[in-house]
Amino acid sequence: MATLKALKIRIGSVKSTQKITKAMKMVAAAKLRRAQEAAEAGRPYAERLETVVASLAAKVASGPGSSPLLAGTGKDQVHLLVVATSDKGLAGAFNTNIARLARRRAQELTAQGKTVKIYTIGRKGRAVLARQFRDNIVHSVEPGDLGKLGFAEARAYADDIIARYQAGEFDVATLFYSHFKSVLTQDPTEQQIIPVALPVTKGDTAGSAVVEYEPSEEAILDDLLPRNIAIQLYRAIRENAASEQGSKMTAMDNATRNAGDLIKRLSIQYNRARQAAITTELVEIISGAEAL
Amino acid sequence: MLHFELVTPERLVRSEDVHMVVVPGTAGDFGVLEGHAPFMSTVRDGVLEIYKSGATTPETIRIEGGFAEVNDRGLTVLAEKAE
Repeated sequence: MATLKALKIRIGSVKSTQKITKAMKMVAAAKLRRAQEAAEAGRPYAERLETVVASLAAKVASGPGSSPLLAGTGKDQVHLLVVATSDKGLAGAFNTNIARLARRRAQELTAQGKTVKIYTIGRKGRAVLARQFRDNIVHSVEPGDLGKLGFAEARAYADDIIARYQAGEFDVATLFYSHFKSVLTQDPTEQQIIPVALPVTKGDTAGSAVVEYEPSEEAILDDLLPRNIAIQLYRAIRENAASEQGSKMTAMDNATRNAGDLIKRLSIQYNRARQAAITTELVEIISGAEAL
Repeated sequence: MLHFELVTPERLVRSEDVHMVVVPGTAGDFGVLEGHAPFMSTVRDGVLEIYKSGATTPETIRIEGGFAEVNDRGLTVLAEKAE
């Protein structure tokens, strides 16, 4: 029976696929916990830095002498989209969602007559965006395993972006990444990083008291602004790492379940075919015996 | 007691009540005790000294690239690297 054999092979192959997806799901779950902890551990720093920058920026009036990282270049003609994704696929719609958000923004900006430049972090985001905006991509980096990426690397990307800003390559930079809400929901997010988008200052305790600054408010701010960009980038990568694993876990869970359904269906088909074969064989034997 | 926090981008390294912390500021080292006036300073690469109580020898942590803030809640040191 050729079909019987074919079915058996098919079931075996689906079973081994299921084994792989199940293992990948388990690996993602283990990595997720670590990535999630890392993303959460990084939050205090980013939050504290943000409040300090906000309270300082409010004091140092954005006059002509203030840092261009804070005040901007006075134009918004050239936009840089920094698209952070991952290098690996098999994570559901994780990479596609981020890239889609960036693509929509790029289309909007182009329609408004602005110049769009794209800076990709991660191979997958680049692959999606290159289809439509190949000539707009100014630089791409491949970070490898997001979970292992340290602050030093994020700092290097940030320094590169700041150097491009100072060279006058663009006026506004926006960062695209996936915000890790929970294992099931990851929101693709965009955040303006240059010039710094300031959060609304909420009842700051330092605001009421007289604070002494060393060396001076401006000097501290000049030191903090580039650092803040590096931190925002680092946070985005951390969030991405957690989102990627969460997304991968869900995707692999679905794949495992689908494989299970498929195995069940194929098994029923296989059993029917086997029984049919037995029945025909019996009928043949009995009718053969009767004929004697 | 002075509430002291040392934070790096990777994690919250310390959050504890101590007697005094000596911070390597850009314009010179400064010690922070309880009730210090509000103060902000950039930090140079150097060694942070933590005195758990008045008499003990300090615990030292090397920090790189950072920023210190003293407010009524205590001292917060944000460093890029701490070991």
